[in-house]
Amino acid sequence: MTVKYTKDHEWVRVEGDVGTVGVTDFAQSQLGDVVFVELPEAGRKLEQGKEAAVVESVKAASDVYAPVSGTVLEANQALVDDPAMVNSAAETDGWFFKLTLSDLSQLDALMDEAAYKAFVEESH
Amino acid sequence: MRYLPLTEADRQSMLAATRATSVDDLFRDVPEAARLAGPIGGLPSHMGELEVERLLGSMAAKNLPAGSVPSFLGAGAYRHHVPATVDHLVQRGEFLTAYTPYQPEVSQGTLQVLFEFQTQVALLTGMDVANASMYDGATSCAEAVMMANRVTRRKKAILSGGLHPHYRDVTTTDARFIGFEAVALPPAPRGGEDLLALVDDKTSCVVVQNPDLFGHVRDYTELAAACQAKGALLIVVVTEALSLGLLTPPGDMGADIVAAEGQSFGNALNFGGPYVGLFAVKDKYVRQMPGRLCGETVDADGRRGFVLTLSTREQHIRREKATSNICTNSGLCALAFSIHVSLLGEAGITQLAQLNHAKAVQLADKLAAVPGVELLNDGFFNEFTVKLPKPAAAVVEELAKRRILGGVPVSRLYPGEMDDLLLVAVTETNTDADMDAFAAALTEVLA
Amino acid sequence: MSMNTQGRPSAIPAGTADAVTGTYTGNRGLQIEEPLIFEQDSAGRCGVDLPDVPKVASRLGAVKPRAKVGLPGLAEPQVVRHYTRLSQKNYAIDSGFYPLGSCTMKHNPRLNEKMARLPGFSDVHPLQPVSTVQGALELMDQLAHWLKTLTGMAAVTLAPAAGAHGEMCGIMAIRSAHEAKGDSGRTKILVPESAHGTNPATAAACGYSVDAIPATADGRVDLEALKAKLGPDVAGLMLTNPNTCGLFERDIITIAEAVHAAGAYFYCDGANFNAIVGRVRPADLGIDVMHINLHKTFSTPHGGGGPGSGPVVFAESLAPFIPVPYVTHGANGFALVENAGGGQAFGRMKAFHGQMGMFVRALAYMLSHGADGLRQASGDAVLNANYVMARLEDVMTASFDGPCMHECLFDDRFLKGTGVTTLDMAKALIDEGFHPMTMYFPLVVHGALLIEPTETESKASLDQFVDALRALAERAKSGDAAYFQAAPRLTPRRRLDETAAARKPVLRWTPPVAAEALAAE
Repeated sequence: MTVKYTKDHEWVRVEGDVGTVGVTDFAQSQLGDVVFVELPEAGRKLEQGKEAAVVESVKAASDVYAPVSGTVLEANQALVDDPAMVNSAAETDGWFFKLTLSDLSQLDALMDEAAYKAFVEESH
Repeated sequence: MRYLPLTEADRQSMLAATRATSVDDLFRDVPEAARLAGPIGGLPSHMGELEVERLLGSMAAKNLPAGSVPSFLGAGAYRHHVPATVDHLVQRGEFLTAYTPYQPEVSQGTLQVLFEFQTQVALLTGMDVANASMYDGATSCAEAVMMANRVTRRKKAILSGGLHPHYRDVTTTDARFIGFEAVALPPAPRGGEDLLALVDDKTSCVVVQNPDLFGHVRDYTELAAACQAKGALLIVVVTEALSLGLLTPPGDMGADIVAAEGQSFGNALNFGGPYVGLFAVKDKYVRQMPGRLCGETVDADGRRGFVLTLSTREQHIRREKATSNICTNSGLCALAFSIHVSLLGEAGITQLAQLNHAKAVQLADKLAAVPGVELLNDGFFNEFTVKLPKPAAAVVEELAKRRILGGVPVSRLYPGEMDDLLLVAVTETNTDADMDAFAAALTEVLA
Repeated sequence: MSMNTQGRPSAIPAGTADAVTGTYTGNRGLQIEEPLIFEQDSAGRCGVDLPDVPKVASRLGAVKPRAKVGLPGLAEPQVVRHYTRLSQKNYAIDSGFYPLGSCTMKHNPRLNEKMARLPGFSDVHPLQPVSTVQGALELMDQLAHWLKTLTGMAAVTLAPAAGAHGEMCGIMAIRSAHEAKGDSGRTKILVPESAHGTNPATAAACGYSVDAIPATADGRVDLEALKAKLGPDVAGLMLTNPNTCGLFERDIITIAEAVHAAGAYFYCDGANFNAIVGRVRPADLGIDVMHINLHKTFSTPHGGGGPGSGPVVFAESLAPFIPVPYVTHGANGFALVENAGGGQAFGRMKAFHGQMGMFVRALAYMLSHGADGLRQASGDAVLNANYVMARLEDVMTASFDGPCMHECLFDDRFLKGTGVTTLDMAKALIDEGFHPMTMYFPLVVHGALLIEPTETESKASLDQFVDALRALAERAKSGDAAYFQAAPRLTPRRRLDETAAARKPVLRWTPPVAAEALAAE
């Protein structure tokens, strides 16, 4: 199992060729109280770096980009019902969707946890 | 100047605080070559109230107010009686001179009005939720089409030939620039268009109007079901909101979006604006709606209060990804609408709608009895179409000379087409004497 | 949560003193609680008296009459009291200082209201024969003349319903002009980072991609960055001037030249035209198209969020594309062109001819001021803003050096380490009897506080505001964050839970039966 991070503050946890995607704890802290998420339907093909989901707080709406390319397996219905989970459990129960990766080599260019932490500290 | 409180002494002491040498000096960032040395040429100097009243009064006097003569114009704007209470209340400074309620603690008045307005619109249209208003019915219609495109992720709208041509034009203008297809059917003054035949798997929505431009009233229940089966939305446009007091509402017919003009309640004719666009949808589409929304919540003490909500859909936050670029809407016109509807209530709105319809039935019979005149409608609310033996535009001019505003010639909306058709609207403001005078004058003009 | 008899959630059991106000009613003197209109229903009661309906057979065709609408019944005095009480929960220009930056909350003269209500303007149908509306067309023509003269531009459309609608109109004209030249390669609109949200929303709605231009350290457009982005793929630049930082873009003529040299058009967001009206003509700055908010510059009332009016002025190069309808001078007086026919008009924006009611008000205002008064008004607006800035810059942090134009911008550096935010400061101002300034806009500075006093404030009013703000700034720095965080205390409602409102939206009243059924689910 590997966890990788993007500069747009998404994380992807990969087991085999299945990735679970969410936004980072840092991202949720910047958003404030999340009130709504819009998730991709199963079967949708996502392209790395392109819009995959939407997350809205009271004061901001942000696109969530696909950290890697692939086909959506399932969206986190529990998150739709209780968007506050993005705030309370961003990197665990607050995951957005799972997808089948189409190109595992895309992971190589993403940051690991230490690199992401350094990136956040440096840029904010 | 009566609107400017600063005295010359104030200006001097304030300039000293700013360390500028003069007011002109404060404009020093303006390129010198473009700066004007004194008042702009070609425009008059200031005037007192009396002079302004005299000047604008003389312009107003050159118009023929619809209420000063028997008047039967409709086609998207209707002359109804507005109770004195409405105009008194909308002129309260706390409503008139407040901004959009961005600071809810000091805007509960406007916010509660919007919450009540949204509820009234939802009830009238038979829909789940409504927004806090749009510019007018035509822009509401165009926004409804764009919303249907977002919901269905399709890009083709089918517009009924019964849709007001101005609404059609606003929608096709947006289509051209925003990038979607809007297929407008030719007008069908006697009905009989087959909208469903045009719906395919690229169609985002079908737009119909009820009553339509020619006054025909239809039941769109079957069309709604058929659209749904094909994955398209049904948008119902209403230009005469009073009809909602009598007719089965679009929501009960299965409409997905209602885009309407609300001018009939509380708002004067105003030569075409400002009016108030109504926009109502099924619950599941709330987050795809354009425009402002007011929602209920509680304050820090747990008391019920209201706020603008779901604003992340809007331009000031989403910027280039907003559902619409709309910012200012029609707050004060929505207030006038809401007060009028509150005064009418359940009993009043029903009776007023029945009154309009009954008078229209009476006038339709009177006009149909004029030699050479044919009534095109079987079913109508307070507006219908008659076919004349002469061009309607010329007939209307002749009627105007006899101080009767006798309806809207269809050729005004469709230049060069259907020039023998006349749209005639009747409201509670038309007396029996008005209607008799109209029928008599029409007989004379057509003789 | 307890439910009262109307099915509404209620924190206060009936018959006991209100926990918040200490009164039995929940009222607090002149602040009177007012239920929803739907909670005051009595079946059959009505606020209008109508004649009997003539007995005729109905002719509704295939449609059945509806069984009920569901509206409440109230008598006229109840309706009057309802809306009067609601109005008293609003802050307004008529009641006090309203320095909402970028919104231009200036005095709304009642003469304008009186003129707009003359039956010759208000009781005229948009489709009356043109021969019966010559005075209305004359008024539109006069307004057009004033707008063209004040801006130096060649043409104007009065159709757009508000500023953002005017932006759409302007961008559509720009695209039409490029298309008329057969130039289809222009896919981008440049928009500075400090722009109003409507600018990028408009450009994107019209099918353009939006490219943001950064600001310089002195709050202006970065000219070099702009030049680097200009090219054959750029359709136009949308620039607000004076900009949203309240500053005049000194390089504007150079900017215009660069835009034109690249074959693009220069759209100016005229939201802040009130700062410069009568002082400089936008045409002389190289602007090709600009909208004007009549509800800002020319004092038509904001009405709690509209109606606005957003006429757009055009240079000669874009004039052929203006939408229908427009007024022309015909052989028999004024004529109205309502259909594009085979011409170049790009289309139609609105059902009828524009916001006539706003045209009358704006012209009444222009005539009252005259060319001399308008120049004095912009001068006083700029003086007031500079005075406020000068009196606050030692206790607050001005974002940029002056002089500013009609509004002054501060950021939240002066609050650093105090635990007090821009929002808290705004809420504390409410308790002092002021409407807050614009907060958190523009986005180019942190925790923005944008103050626009307008020309219709007296020096005494500005001094009182400044004194209050100075005292609050000192209080924040003295470490009294709790005071700010609990503000406002004295308003009809205290801070509202916006998160709850957005998570589970309640956007309408529902009848008690339906509400109970819902709660039982």
